[in-house]
Parts: sequence; C-alpha cells; structure tokens
Amino acid sequence: MKSHYDIAVIGAGPAGLAAALEAAEAGAEVALFDEQPGPGGQIYRAIENPAPAQTGILGEEYRQGRPLVEQLRGAPVDYLSGTTVWQVSAEREIGVSRNGTAQLVSAGQIILATGALERPFPVASWTLPGVSTVGGAQILLKTAGVVADGAVLAGTGPLLYLVANQYLRAGVSMAALLDTTPPGNRWRALRHLPGALARFDLLAKGQGWIRNIQRSGTPFIRGVTELSIEGDSRVAAVNFQTATGVRRRIETEHVFLHQGVVPNVNLSMAAGCDHEWDAAQICWRPQTDGWGETSLPGIAVAGDGAGIFGAQAAEHAGRIAALGALARLGRLSGENSHRRCKPHRLALARERKARPFIDALFRPGKSFRIPRQPDTLVCRCEEVSAGRIRETVAAGCAGPNQLKAFCRAGMGPCQGRFCGLTVSELIAEETGRPMAEVGYYRLRPPVKPLLLEELANLDSPAAE
Amino acid sequence: MNTADVAIIGGGLHGCSAALHLGLAGLESIVIEKDYIGRHASGVNAGGVRRLGRHFAEIPLAMASSEIWRHIEDLVDDTCGFIPCGQVLVAESEDEMRALSERAGRLREMGFDHEEVIDGEDLRMLLPAISPHCVGALLVRGDGHANPFRTVRAFKGKAETLGAGFLEGTRVLGLDRRGGHWRLQTTSGPLEAPILVNCAGAWGGEVAAMLDEPVPIAAEAPMLMITARMPAFVGPVVGTQGRALSFKQFENGTVLIGGGKRGEAAPGTNATRLDIHGLADSARAAREIFPIMGEARIVRAWAGIEGCMPDAIPVIGASGIPGAFHAFGFSAHGFQLGPLVGGIIADLITKGETVLPIEPFAIERFRRAS
Repeated sequence: MKSHYDIAVIGAGPAGLAAALEAAEAGAEVALFDEQPGPGGQIYRAIENPAPAQTGILGEEYRQGRPLVEQLRGAPVDYLSGTTVWQVSAEREIGVSRNGTAQLVSAGQIILATGALERPFPVASWTLPGVSTVGGAQILLKTAGVVADGAVLAGTGPLLYLVANQYLRAGVSMAALLDTTPPGNRWRALRHLPGALARFDLLAKGQGWIRNIQRSGTPFIRGVTELSIEGDSRVAAVNFQTATGVRRRIETEHVFLHQGVVPNVNLSMAAGCDHEWDAAQICWRPQTDGWGETSLPGIAVAGDGAGIFGAQAAEHAGRIAALGALARLGRLSGENSHRRCKPHRLALARERKARPFIDALFRPGKSFRIPRQPDTLVCRCEEVSAGRIRETVAAGCAGPNQLKAFCRAGMGPCQGRFCGLTVSELIAEETGRPMAEVGYYRLRPPVKPLLLEELANLDSPAAE
Repeated sequence: MNTADVAIIGGGLHGCSAALHLGLAGLESIVIEKDYIGRHASGVNAGGVRRLGRHFAEIPLAMASSEIWRHIEDLVDDTCGFIPCGQVLVAESEDEMRALSERAGRLREMGFDHEEVIDGEDLRMLLPAISPHCVGALLVRGDGHANPFRTVRAFKGKAETLGAGFLEGTRVLGLDRRGGHWRLQTTSGPLEAPILVNCAGAWGGEVAAMLDEPVPIAAEAPMLMITARMPAFVGPVVGTQGRALSFKQFENGTVLIGGGKRGEAAPGTNATRLDIHGLADSARAAREIFPIMGEARIVRAWAGIEGCMPDAIPVIGASGIPGAFHAFGFSAHGFQLGPLVGGIIADLITKGETVLPIEPFAIERFRRAS
C-alpha cells in the first residue's frame, strides 16, 4: 500500500471495479479498497471461488460479474482486499485498517462505491436468533453453500423473489413466502409502466421468478399485514394476517426478512458530503452532479451508494465517475472525457428506465417501516424500542441527534445502520415534519469500529 | 413582544442554571438558544465533575459547586446521572509525583485538603489495571462524573417549572439598551428585558463584542472517543499529570477517552473536524496507562465546541455596562461549575454581590491587557 494515490476507489462491487479499471486504463495510479476477502461486492460476492455447485443455482445475473473481476486481476490496480475504510475526510485523507494495522492514505480523487444496505425491517422480535435478512441468506448461499430448510421468507422487493428462486433451484424447501407488498402498489406503479417497458427483459425476468415460486408449491401468501415474529430464546413461528383478514401462524426456525435496499451512506455522510431525502426510494442519498461528484470537491459516489439502480447501472456509473475524476486530475481533456462518457450515460439512462416502476411496485408499506407496536426494538445495539422513541419525541426531543443524547438510540457500534432510517421516519411521523427537516444522525469517524491498538500505532514508524 | 425580567443568551448548562437560580429568586427569565438546549459543549462534554487539578482561582468555586453536586437531586429533582466515584491524577515519573505533591501542599496552605497524595501501592489498590510504571497520584474523593445532556435537561426542566421560558432555534441578531431596558432583535422577533446575561459559551465573545467588551476568546473542539463495552476495570475518573488524557468507564462498560486533544472548530457553522493524529495520541496515552485498552474497540469519536480564554479561566461577573452580566469562556472545564455559577449570577442580579471570590474572572482583565 502506498501513502498516496491519484484515485482511490472504495468498494469492489460493480461500480468500484468498473471505476478502478477505467481509471487504471488511463494510466492513473489507482487503489481499490475493499472489506471483503475477494472482489465482487455483495452482488458478485465470492465470484472467484463460490461454494461448489452454487454457480448454477445463483444464475445468470451472478455470472455477469466474472469479466469485471477477471479484468481486475490483470489490471495495474493496487487492489487491497480485507481492508476496512474507517474514515474519509473532506481533504481526501482515507483511514484504512488492514491486517491489524491502521494507516492514513491520501488521494487526488476519491470514488465511493459503497453500494447498498438492506432496509431495516423492524417487526416484533426481529432481533431474535434465527431471524436474518434475505441478503444474509444469500451470502451464506454464495460463500458456503449453506441453506436453511423450512425457512419463512418475508417481505417485498426483487431480491426476495430472486433468493426464493435460488433456493428452489438448490432444491431447498421453504415453509412459506410471505409477500408484504401493499396491494395498492400495483395501481400506483401503473403510471410508471410505459417507461419501464424499455426494460421489458427485466420485468419479464421478475415475472418469471414469481411464476416459478407459484409453480413450486411453496405457500406463497400475498398481501400480508401485521407480521410479527414469535419465540423466547430463538424463532419459533411467524404470525401474520392474510389479505382476507385471517390471522395465521407458521412454525419455523428460520425467518429471512427483506424490504429492499437503500444506499449505504455512512462514509459519504461522515466525510461531510451534502445529502438529500429521496421520497421515491424512501432513503437518503448524496447530492451528486453528472459525474457523480458530491458537494465535496474530488469526492464522487458511484453505484447504489448514490441511489438504487442495480448492478448494471452501477458499472456505468463507476466508469462515468472515473472519467470525471481523470478529467479533474488533468489526465483527460474535458472533451475526451465527455466523448468517452457518452455511451455510459446512454446505457445508464436505459438502465434507470425501469426503476420508477420497480420503486413504486415494491415500495414497502409504512407499517413495516415504522413500527406500530411500542415494544418493537428500533435500535438493536442499545435496545431502544419504538415506544421509548415515541415517548422521547413527545417529551420534546426534536431530532435524531438529540435522540442519541436522550435515550442512546444510534449510539452503538453499528453507527445507525440498523436504525437510522427507522428513527428519522418515526420522528417525522410523530412531529408531522418532513424528513428533509428531521434529518439523520450526524456520523463521525471511525465509521467502522477500530481497534484502539491500531489507532495508537497510527503514526508510529512501525506502521510505515 | 416577548418580555422578561432577564434575557439569557445561550442554552447550555450555564444559561439553564442561571434561569433556574433566577427562578428560585423569583425572577422570570427567557433563555435564547440558537440551536437546541445542550447542543454544544454542555451536552457533549466528558461529564467530569472535578475539583482535582483546577486552576487555583477556581478552587473556591469548585468546592462550593461540589456541595451542590452532592445534593443535586434536591436542586433539580434528578440525579443527573452523577456518580461520585472519585477522580485521580496519575504521575508517571518521580518528577511528576513531586509536582503533584507540591500542588497538594500549596492547596493545604490555601486551606484546602481535598486533593490527597497517594503512593504507588495505594494507586494499584485503587486502579488494579493501571500500568506498573505509574508511581503515585492525587485523589479527590467525592468527585466523579455525570451525564452532561441529562444534566442540562434537568436544569432546563426545573427552570421551566420556576417560570423560565426557552426560545430554541433562535439567534440574537442585535441588542441595544434604551431607558434602562435591553431590547434584543432575534430571529423569533424582538424581546425586551431590564437585565441581560451572556452565557453563550464559545459564542460568548460575539455577545461581549455587541456590548463593546471584546475578549480574546478562541473556539476549540476537544475530542472524545468511546469504546464498545468492556469488562469493568476502572472505577474512578483517571487523568494524567504529564499528558492530555482523561479516562472513565461507564456502568454499561463503555470507556470514554478524552482529555484535551483538540480538533478544529468552526463556530459559524457549528461544525467540528476531528484530528485523527490527535486521536491517535490519546489512544497511545490510554494504552500506556491501561494496557488492557489495547483490546478496546473505538466505536465513535466526536468533539464539542468550547470557548477558551487565553488564561484558561472563564469570564464571570458584571459587565462594564449596567444591567449586563457574563458567564462564558469556561475553557473546556465549565461543567462542574455549572450548578454554582448560575447561582452567582442570580446573586449578582438580585443582591448586587456574591460571597464567592470572582474577581479573577472579571471581564475587565482583558481591557487591562489590551
């Protein structure tokens, strides 16, 4: 690892890989930092050595990651796997931690490609052992070929149906798939359908997944409401209400929840980039220009970290961000970067066409985002319930940062990843103020927990 | 128009404490806070309730405030999370130990015996996890720590029950005095009061400048770090004589590391910026004093904005202009003094005097200097 790079890319998913490759091709000195042991990000996780016999199960959209990763291995990129980035400053100083050693690295340009996180799904007892996310289930499938027999999958969004299909292909039985997509979404999504028809292939793929589930004989229950999890020391069952108002209970040892993904903005927020509330995707995203550059000069965001548009779009956004960074470094003329950017802009626009439809169709219902029951935990780290937060707000706490001081919500090691969105939405609902005004936690380095030992060794000669 | 007996600028601990004590004296005040109560240094400081190691001029005040802290619940109907676990100032060498003993001796000559000298053996009894190289310490029993934000809230809550009003999210745009009354222009409209109190912390210099009493105040950003939960290994609050470190473990097991390493403060925008190298210094110091800290995980670091005076002691007392009073610039150690200084201000307003020696804190000292 050097102490300075022309361009530092953080995150080795499709956006980060494409950005690093594009930048290296132009002759820039490029570092690609990634927390995982191998390249690919979440979507192409473990693509170089997936669990045996899994590639067939994981399907075509997984195999699409191969070429990017193969190119990386041949490219002059300083690819630093197993590296945690715990801080990015406005001056483009990056705090990294690798093999138990922390170090500060500077960069002429930074491209954040930190991807997405699964949206919190705070239903009753969602913190019990045995409850995980659908994304988590897929990680096990990709890396270890581990599956859970007789699991209940619940929620909404493309990943839910994709993973259910991967389970079916693997021959794993599911106790049920509980679909929480609000039935009214279909009508609200309709006006976005004409635009989305440009990506008929995507829509057809999704329809195919749903058809497979219906044909599989797996209980597939739609219009689910009042979802809650039951159990003492671990999951015993899920309870819910069907579209016709019938209360039902299904026994299971594993529950996988999912209601879409949101940009992982912890690094861009901690760096101090300006963010805005995206009402269509119900999430915060950094404000970026046509090159992905944020309000902080020289710091760009590419891929799902800037708004959810999927892996293909992320690849193009990564290349655009790299071309912009190269132009700002003076390594490409403005004219040249515009010319080379053009095909990617066109492709990106095409990739984005289906998104408003998908966003509207799978918009998670309010009662699944903002817990109705007072004892449902919102902040898992500090065990703060929805009821406690509502009381605190009623007692005069006006925002998420005050809430930290009032009742410790958001003060734990996850730095709000599991609760931040829920907390802001709860406060907005209680106070009747818009999300943009309520805001989000002020995030601070280290964005990921850092061993004191590593911090202490930071400036010592041994770290050089 | 809003009117009150007293207009207090600044909703930190000192502003809330002044409002509370004025309420006890039967005066109605309005506290004007540009952000929210306890947003800055008052709400995010390390919560040290400390007489130990203070500037000699502050000792009489710290002693008096300590008495209030002992019975804080009587004053504000809340414990403020105050835990009198003691405070220890550790010497890492014989030279440092000599300096600490001399300090304790000088205090005794002044008539104060709260700082006890303890040797290495007693230190290890008190702090079994401390590094073997530490040779001794000063100890103040009865000092400890409290929850800063909870403390500010408690003072605000009690002040409200005594009739104080709070204007949060309100900025003072200008002020002038006419016919024995202050007239303040604020972002929530005009406000009139015969008495004005400046408790604006790091922004206290701006208010003083409006009163034509400029002071050389600097906004600083002391940094703090907190760890994930650890097994209990330290009871009292620990500081070191030779370097900037303060160290405490809370009941939930998390350890707070502070002690004065500074980031950058931008009081105009409320922004603070952390200095990673300074945090690394603090981490080294923590590990050297408590080797077990090598295993700690830092989960968060932050900084508050403090107003620091060149002589590191606050401005407390009457303004040169009739009807105005100051309590600001506490230079990163105002938390312990908060419960008392509000009372001093109330006494100055209602009785025209205080029994405590506040001459060293007069704003005039900067006029003399310039």
